[in-house]
Amino acid sequence: MSGLGIEIRHLYKLFGSDAQHLVRQAEDGMSRADMLSRYNHVLALKDINLNIESGRIQVIMGLSGSGKSTLIRHINRLIDPTSGQILVGGTDVTTLSTRDLRQFRRDATAMVFQKFALLPHRNVLENTVYGLEIKGIPRAEQERQACKWIERVGLGGYEQRLPSQLSGGMQQRVGLARALSNDAPILLMDEAFSALDPLIRVDMQSVLLDLQTELRKTIVFITHDLDEALRLGDRIAILKDGVAVQNGTPEDIVLSPADDYVSAFVKEVNRGRVLTLGAVMRTGEATDSVLSLPSTLKLDEAIARMIDAHASEAAVTGPDGQATGAVRLNEVVSATIRDAGRAPEEKSAPRLREG
Amino acid sequence: MDWWTTFPAMDEQRLTSIKKAIDTGFREFTRSYGDSIEYIFTPLKAFLIWSEKLAISTPWPIVILFFCAIAYASTRSWRIVLGTAAGLSLIGYFGMWEDTMKTVSMIVASTLVSIAVGLPAGILMSRYNWLRMTITPVLDVMQTMPTFVYLIPVVMLLGIGKVPGLIAVVIYALPPIIRLTDLGIRLVSEEVLEAAEAFGSSPWQKLVKVQLPLALPTIMAGINQTIMMALAMVVVASMIGVQGLGQPVLKAIANQYFTLGLFNGLAIVAIAIIFDRISQAFGRRLQSLAEDER
Repeated sequence: MSGLGIEIRHLYKLFGSDAQHLVRQAEDGMSRADMLSRYNHVLALKDINLNIESGRIQVIMGLSGSGKSTLIRHINRLIDPTSGQILVGGTDVTTLSTRDLRQFRRDATAMVFQKFALLPHRNVLENTVYGLEIKGIPRAEQERQACKWIERVGLGGYEQRLPSQLSGGMQQRVGLARALSNDAPILLMDEAFSALDPLIRVDMQSVLLDLQTELRKTIVFITHDLDEALRLGDRIAILKDGVAVQNGTPEDIVLSPADDYVSAFVKEVNRGRVLTLGAVMRTGEATDSVLSLPSTLKLDEAIARMIDAHASEAAVTGPDGQATGAVRLNEVVSATIRDAGRAPEEKSAPRLREG
Repeated sequence: MDWWTTFPAMDEQRLTSIKKAIDTGFREFTRSYGDSIEYIFTPLKAFLIWSEKLAISTPWPIVILFFCAIAYASTRSWRIVLGTAAGLSLIGYFGMWEDTMKTVSMIVASTLVSIAVGLPAGILMSRYNWLRMTITPVLDVMQTMPTFVYLIPVVMLLGIGKVPGLIAVVIYALPPIIRLTDLGIRLVSEEVLEAAEAFGSSPWQKLVKVQLPLALPTIMAGINQTIMMALAMVVVASMIGVQGLGQPVLKAIANQYFTLGLFNGLAIVAIAIIFDRISQAFGRRLQSLAEDER
């Protein structure tokens, strides 16, 4: 199946016995706090609009209780929306019948869970084939697929082990192999790496990025960890109390946080690893430096290269290899430690609540 | 102040007429439907006769080997295998082989019937809350109602013999397997169920591939309980014509034959221990597979 984009339109989720009725009030703008105090209903998601392009990694970030896990469960309808639409490849998931929904889950989506959710009585191989087994694929083909992915996630040789005999990181590799075996264009990852040790987590992020360069799936990745979000996301949506406060590229988020909430989030971030030369260069300026660097280069890498080359200035080249501007070493360094001093031309103007 | 010291019960005549009405009603029911109800149970009766014949006609060394093999397969412990062999040999040596085989076949049959009824009942109960609320009090009655009380209607309907005996045993032994099947399925973790759901499992696939395998250790505990309760009913069932170790005990009670009672009692204890160890060890082995993820 080729790539599928996801479009979420005016999505509301209200938890409580009279949700269908009260959601009108939420649509008219009633706040989460009012909804709770006045009607004892929880407004988990409020007017979410999100356009996820096919083949991209969309990160959804927020603290616990922000509604991010609820949001991802709407995409394969593990949770039904109170109102709104979710279009996957043009089909409105919210209107699917039980049967069609089951088929949609089998063919279009695969999911990886925070607590792995492996079947404890099945070994690695049997866990990995689960999705294919459900689809009714012949056993030999199931195992062929599964073995391929077990190998790819680095678990070759562990096929016969039970989940309880594996470490957390290895268990999540099984979870990933199980999802990938399904060969679905959409991969939903609900805090997939949050339960892992920091080192293992970075390791798994690399595995995912590595696979993505070749698979080009539409990945929705939930996390509460900004470093993880910045590393993985082509775009990052930030959720606060059920409202999407900002959606943009990692650079957008770091350079122009939409509000204090997002600012607080990005304050501690290692900017050198997120920002690229394109964001801090003096556009159109020429330099006689012999060193030229691509505009997509991350700042910390650029600093390292400039120091290695003993260059205090460097030319910045665009995608076509032509020089488009220049940077000075001291500017690059200062951009890594504080708000990009002169963020030239407001290159990444805040794109708030888009969609 | 008479009503203060004596409870103002309804008058004797009324009470008698109520009892009479119920009794007559039930007797009428028995007369008109007894035969057809008995007819329904003919396959069960044939099965009981067949399994008893099989147990008795099989040469004793094969029976002992068979039990030892099952013991080894489920426990992997030579101690229990040895105990099984020793227990059965002693029973045979003391001349109780045939009665023991009759009892064993009865226990196996009633356990199978209990599983056949109890497993689906437990599954349905875990699925529908209203059903759970209806079945639970019925199970409470089944477990606490004195056995002799429900023996009466069973005997009135079906007379004495194997089938009514089996029914009496099943009524008594059924509740644990229903309760523990229900419990086991309810204990399956939400996360695993959600994963099954996310991959597009149908309700049947979810039941067979996820819920039942994960509930199996708990279900095995229920089966173990069911077997033990069935054994406890052996003597009572012998009162309505079930043959086996219960009948000598009954005879011993009537005639104050202490040794006869003791020997047969000990034989029941021996099979109880064998069955218990085997089914428990089996459940434990299933449990150890599932342990971590719970």
